[in-house]
Amino acid sequence: MKRLTVDKSSVVMGIFIVVAVIYWVRLFQLQILDERYTIDARSNAIRNKVQYPGRGLILDRNGQIMVYNEAVYDLMVIPGQVEDADWALLADLLELDEEGVKERFKKARAYSRHAQSVFEKQISKETYGRLQEYLYRFPGFYVQSRTLRRYIRPVASHVLGDVGEVNESELRSDPYYQLGDYIGKSGLEKHYEKALRGRKGVKVVMVDVLNREKGSYKDGAFDTAAVAGEELYTTLDAGLQEYAEQLMQGKRGSIVAIEPATGEVLALVSAPTYDPNLLVGRIRSRNYGNLLSDVQKPLFNRALMAYYPPGSIFKLPQALIGLQEKVIVPGSGFACDKTLVGCHAHPDARSVAEGVMTSCNPYFYQVFRRIIMQGKDPNRFVDSRMGLEEWNRYIGSFGLGKRLEIDLPDVKSGFIPDAAYYDRYYGRNQWAFSTIYSLSIGQGEIGLIPLQMANLAAIMANRGYYITPHLVRAIGESKRKPDLDLEPHRLPIDRKYFEPVVEGMYGAVHFPGGTARRAWLDSIAVCGKTGTSENPHGEDHAVFIGFAPRENPRIAISVFLENSGFGGTWAAPMASLLIEKYLTGKVKRTQLERQVREFTIYTVDAQGRVTGPPAH
Amino acid sequence: MDAKQRIWRTLDKPLVLIYLFLVVTGWLNIYSVVYDPASAEGFSFATRYGKQLLFVGFAFLIGLFVLVADLRVFTQFAYLYYGLAILFLAAVLVIGTEVAGAKSWIRVGPLSFQPSEFAKVATCLAFAKYASRPALNMKRARNQVLASFWFLLPMALILLQPDAGSALVFVSFVLVLYREGMSGKVLLAGLAAAVLFVAALLVNKYVIIGFIALVSGFLFFRNKRTLKNVALAALFFCVCSGYTLGVGYAFSRLSAHQQTRINVLLGKESDVHGAGYNVNQSKIAIGSGGLWGKGYLQGTQTKFNFVPEQSTDFIFCTIGEEWGWAGSTVFLAAYLFLLLRIVKIAERQKQPYHRIYGYGVASIFFMHLFVNVGMTIGLLPVIGIPLPFFSYGGSSLWSFTLLLFIFLKMDARRYAA
Repeated sequence: MKRLTVDKSSVVMGIFIVVAVIYWVRLFQLQILDERYTIDARSNAIRNKVQYPGRGLILDRNGQIMVYNEAVYDLMVIPGQVEDADWALLADLLELDEEGVKERFKKARAYSRHAQSVFEKQISKETYGRLQEYLYRFPGFYVQSRTLRRYIRPVASHVLGDVGEVNESELRSDPYYQLGDYIGKSGLEKHYEKALRGRKGVKVVMVDVLNREKGSYKDGAFDTAAVAGEELYTTLDAGLQEYAEQLMQGKRGSIVAIEPATGEVLALVSAPTYDPNLLVGRIRSRNYGNLLSDVQKPLFNRALMAYYPPGSIFKLPQALIGLQEKVIVPGSGFACDKTLVGCHAHPDARSVAEGVMTSCNPYFYQVFRRIIMQGKDPNRFVDSRMGLEEWNRYIGSFGLGKRLEIDLPDVKSGFIPDAAYYDRYYGRNQWAFSTIYSLSIGQGEIGLIPLQMANLAAIMANRGYYITPHLVRAIGESKRKPDLDLEPHRLPIDRKYFEPVVEGMYGAVHFPGGTARRAWLDSIAVCGKTGTSENPHGEDHAVFIGFAPRENPRIAISVFLENSGFGGTWAAPMASLLIEKYLTGKVKRTQLERQVREFTIYTVDAQGRVTGPPAH
Repeated sequence: MDAKQRIWRTLDKPLVLIYLFLVVTGWLNIYSVVYDPASAEGFSFATRYGKQLLFVGFAFLIGLFVLVADLRVFTQFAYLYYGLAILFLAAVLVIGTEVAGAKSWIRVGPLSFQPSEFAKVATCLAFAKYASRPALNMKRARNQVLASFWFLLPMALILLQPDAGSALVFVSFVLVLYREGMSGKVLLAGLAAAVLFVAALLVNKYVIIGFIALVSGFLFFRNKRTLKNVALAALFFCVCSGYTLGVGYAFSRLSAHQQTRINVLLGKESDVHGAGYNVNQSKIAIGSGGLWGKGYLQGTQTKFNFVPEQSTDFIFCTIGEEWGWAGSTVFLAAYLFLLLRIVKIAERQKQPYHRIYGYGVASIFFMHLFVNVGMTIGLLPVIGIPLPFFSYGGSSLWSFTLLLFIFLKMDARRYAA
């Protein structure tokens, strides 16, 4: 090979020169040769119009549209292009006062002379029609179309969520957004924002001196098309959701219905609820403030965020853990010894099934004591601690005390006390079974959210597993699966132990002495369990969980009613109405339906005053 | 007294003048971007051009300080500065403030600064000090690799922020390595690897492999068919096609989201976040300048509205729009003069330390110009990196001034013992 004759400094300088020359030539091409880039700035203005895509539609499980979009118009202004506008006329057209209009223009100009600002948001079609005729007299002003959410039925607001303008922190966290853009603020709108929002586009248009758009600049060479948001195929049954919300009127609490085999949420109600149309467009901030200060707390999503003591429905996991730990057998009987813990009048339970059916408190006191104190250590404090730790492992597998990763924001984990908690509270080896026995019947420190209660019903229906409850089954045209964990979570409890407990749930509805007789349906075998959760602040809360039919269940449900007394009275019949509605499509028991509707815990008079126990 | 007078005599005036020219035109440009003919307000320090004027004033003070200070303040403690820079780069990953997805800024009260800017100067000093040790033979590949760690470490830390633009700047030290002994073949191989990498993602792999086969065939027929040459041609074919396929395979293993990002970078897809939009707008602005430009303060496309990041990364648009191709030519010529002048001065240094440092300065300036202007004229992907002396901001202006004036000081003392 020949020796290199050029010295290295020349090579380095050569690289610098070559790059500079390449750029120089490229600039020559851009600035002199390429006609595409030259602008006749004297006679025309270029306007970059953002093309806002429609947000994705939201549909229910039967393909029924729940949320769609409606066009509205924003009046935009580029202050630098405005010449001697007739402010009085503009104010008149917009139905505003003249001073206010001038003030707005000053503000827009202070923001930027050349950038567009929103002058008036969400103009109605009528105003837009009038305005359009006069727009030629207002150079620098133009109209940009936007879309707002509309709801076919005013239901499921806690699930669907709402859309609002981006705030500071949202602007900072994602460069996609610009001031004035809309973003999902809660519910599915927030969780699936990326899919729903689509992609903004830009249309570069030429505008002549009379403020008329002359079409795309350079045949749209610089346009980028907007891409519409993707549809969300939810698992909700809009009919069932609406019916559930109707039944919940005048009550406080929550209903969650799940298809057990798939974990698909059929209905999710938090009562009181609100009309989702209230949180759309210009009225949003005012209504939001009203809802926020409402004493009934309608914005609070009780289904995912309220901690309630589960009451007697907690006896279901207790029975299952007892059987799996072999501290009881299906035929174990215990006397209803009211000196241990209070109970109602009923014959002694001679089996697990009868214990569940009669919801006998002393029975489950005994079961829980055997789980906690297994005699593995002679010291009862140490023994209780070991027992509770083992029990916690089981309870966790029911999805209790931990977050169920549903596809909605802000879901809570509930609370299950563990050994560490009692150690902190009482000191290590300072507590034993006698301290914590109220856990046996679902009272004490436990808190469950209604979603976890429905999931518990699904576990019973599936006899030993659950799929994390979720609300979306497919996204977009391609019907792609959402990014969710849909694997079955199997409990460490043998399937054979479920049958006696399910038998008890069947008995509770069907046999004399059962606590959930009012959930009975003539054509469908409903299995259920009532609960009454003690409320130190007032009337007890009522709860019912159940599923139907007994074999191959298609719906699992939880109904939680604040301040409504015994679980069998109102919660059980409400669940049975919903099961009837979902499985038969029609409710025939109109008299029961009327009774349920008429039962309310609070009323709102014409002045908006609320009578009834306060929400907490 | 005597020494100070000599400083002014031996100072390289052309370099100082070109520096002043670039800084002053840079400020006039920022003024133009912010300028609003309808605004009744007079000059204000609250505006960007006002703040930039303060930055420029402070930059001059820095330059003056460097010229009158003892050079050893900078050279003796190079390793210490480097250590501090590394410390800051590590700290920013933990305590940094996140701006636009990258943790690049340390904020203390009202002040904030970018450690990566400081790291450029510190690395340049430390690298030059290390590579100029008489005991180190930079012709040896092993020593070149060792020396590389000096700039690879800050580069890796900056990539973690992640700030691809600032990290890329450190690649420029390869040019310095080349000057100090690295084989030109490495440069060529690097260039070939980069071209193949991009080609592998853009062009059908069979076309590329066919092309590689052609080149190998050419090597095969042109050279004497000794066993060694044939084996080399075969090896060339295997390595290149393997590399091409490897790039393609690695790409296919990425998640769809990451693939989109790379495709956007390569211009195969338009950007969701509007990077493609920026380049389009930038090209419209520059292209609309024509031969003579629209005149100072007359730009319509490069005011805040159309081109985002107008006063920082896309500042070159304003030059292109208001001064046209004529102005762009002057701009490029001035920059080229700066670069060539630095190289020329570097070559006249007697101390290897000063020479290597000079090359480092030239390479850093070159990399900024190359990436920044290349991006605005649509030849390179959009990577956030400032244009020295033109982009808005104090941190970068000061570090570039520091970088250049330390070198001026070195040169001014070239006759000193």
